[in-house]
Amino acid sequence: MKMLMKGTEAIAEAAIRAGCRLYFGYPITPQSELTEYMAKRMPEVNGVFLQSESEVATVNMLYGAACTGKRVMTSTSSPGFSLMQEGISYMAGAELPAVFINVMRGGPGLGDIQPSQSDYFQATKGGGHGDYRMIVLAPHTLQEAANIMGEAFDLAFKYRMLVTILVDGMIGQMMEPVELPEWKNIEEFKEPDWALTGAKDRKPRKVTSFDLDPYELEKMNLRYQATYKKVTENEVRYEEFKIADADIIVVAYGTMARIVKTVVDSARKEGIKVGLFRPITLWPFPYERLSEIAGNVKHILTVEMSYGQMLEDVKLGVNGKTDVEFYGRSAGVVPTPMEVLEAIKKIAR
Amino acid sequence: MATVDKIVAQMPKSLSKIEFSYCPGCHHGIVHRLIAEVIDELGIAGRTLMVAPVGCSVFAYNFFDLDGTVAAHGRAPAVATGMKRALPDRIVFTYQGDGDLASIGTAEIVHAANRGENITTIFINNAVYGMTGGQMAPTTLLGQKTTTSPYGREPKANGYPIRMSEMLSTLDGAAYIERTMVTTPQNVIKTKAAIKKAFQAQIKGLGFSMVEVLSTCPTNWGMTPIEAMKWLEENMTKTFPLGVFVDRTKGMI
Repeated sequence: MKMLMKGTEAIAEAAIRAGCRLYFGYPITPQSELTEYMAKRMPEVNGVFLQSESEVATVNMLYGAACTGKRVMTSTSSPGFSLMQEGISYMAGAELPAVFINVMRGGPGLGDIQPSQSDYFQATKGGGHGDYRMIVLAPHTLQEAANIMGEAFDLAFKYRMLVTILVDGMIGQMMEPVELPEWKNIEEFKEPDWALTGAKDRKPRKVTSFDLDPYELEKMNLRYQATYKKVTENEVRYEEFKIADADIIVVAYGTMARIVKTVVDSARKEGIKVGLFRPITLWPFPYERLSEIAGNVKHILTVEMSYGQMLEDVKLGVNGKTDVEFYGRSAGVVPTPMEVLEAIKKIAR
Repeated sequence: MATVDKIVAQMPKSLSKIEFSYCPGCHHGIVHRLIAEVIDELGIAGRTLMVAPVGCSVFAYNFFDLDGTVAAHGRAPAVATGMKRALPDRIVFTYQGDGDLASIGTAEIVHAANRGENITTIFINNAVYGMTGGQMAPTTLLGQKTTTSPYGREPKANGYPIRMSEMLSTLDGAAYIERTMVTTPQNVIKTKAAIKKAFQAQIKGLGFSMVEVLSTCPTNWGMTPIEAMKWLEENMTKTFPLGVFVDRTKGMI
């Protein structure tokens, strides 16, 4: 049964159905409805909702709750995600699984509250200190966002990694019909063998991101890198839309990709063969597939709600095989289909 | 072979066999032992989680034979909150120094106390940053010389020593807050009793509990352990008077 839902609410309900019973958060526009939804819903499912005193506290509450081996999450928007970077680095070092939702808004600084994609670097390149990675998923519809929540938790536990769902204020705020995913039975989740639960009848467990001996810390880091390698080998996700006969491939993710799908059809009506390549995992980025298809097209156009952040990964993937162009607007301004079409026509000429 | 009739003193079971990394004359070791004794006596080792801080006691998670982690600087109360909310029937405590709790972590400790978070905090106040080499702490006494107040702490530039126990005791969520010291056997016994009460408050679900222990740092104070103990008693207790600041445990434990 499809339900008409707001993006933030669909994500929240899908997270609960995916087995999340611990939510910590702090109000920030444009995602406060997610926090409010959890406040109302968690008590109904015997879950925990806690409004923290700051995003700095939120991420550390998440750290503590994640130590117990349960499914935990938070949601925030850009300035709040910045405040969480310290704790994200600690959680990555302690190999704790958790899911973060970043509903991006215009920046830098206080910026504004309109949709943006300008936290791409922060999410995919590591906004905190140290050599760490987090899996970054970028759904482009509410249905995809709802579907991806279960996968986000599964990936977090499979690899003991943090997963960020990177969406923008548009996906957070829009309403559309959503078929909610099936309920997972939390009774069936196995307690991980690293979880801190009290050392009754077993050896005490320690969870830290810490070793003062550089050779020991190096070993920990090499373990993280081995995990990241496995993820890049096994978890790359992308969508290809009408690329088989395309002369121009547009690379876009999230809301921007959704707009580009409309543009692809308009351009084709005007005789320009355009396709869309949509990374779903922003980290690990689909470099290899992009490299394969780059050889068959005349141009690649990256379109973002930023001044060119994913563009750097696109260039790494294309690796000089063809021409890479860019069109983007940021600061909360969303490029219109007409503008993107115009950018495509300019290249096609 | 001699037989043992009665054991009058032994290493607490809740301490690990790992050697402490503390300087001679430092009080961390005494307080660690007291916590471990209390956990043993209450029989809660199998259901206790500890959160170590950043500072000299950063290794504390390894000194106890308990499940444990080490939090980011100042964030231990938030980490403990997450643990306690996830596992409400476990006992969760933080161990924090004055730089950690009274400077970088003021927001986290104030709000954990204000929520009446059912956790216990052991707060070591030695009026100085130990691990980083003796810099001024928020609890540094007026006139006290440190590496970042080389002419003595001066209130116009650096403000005043912050009294956390008094501050936190104004909050309705605080169940039990006491300040003690461990300079004499009598004071050690009093401190142990305070720590026990703090854990009992948590076991009974009464809310936030904290024991602030005034402690020495002979290395960074530039004193012998004996001189440091004397300096603590003569100077620190004037700014940080000992006592119970809030006690909502009466009739409950």
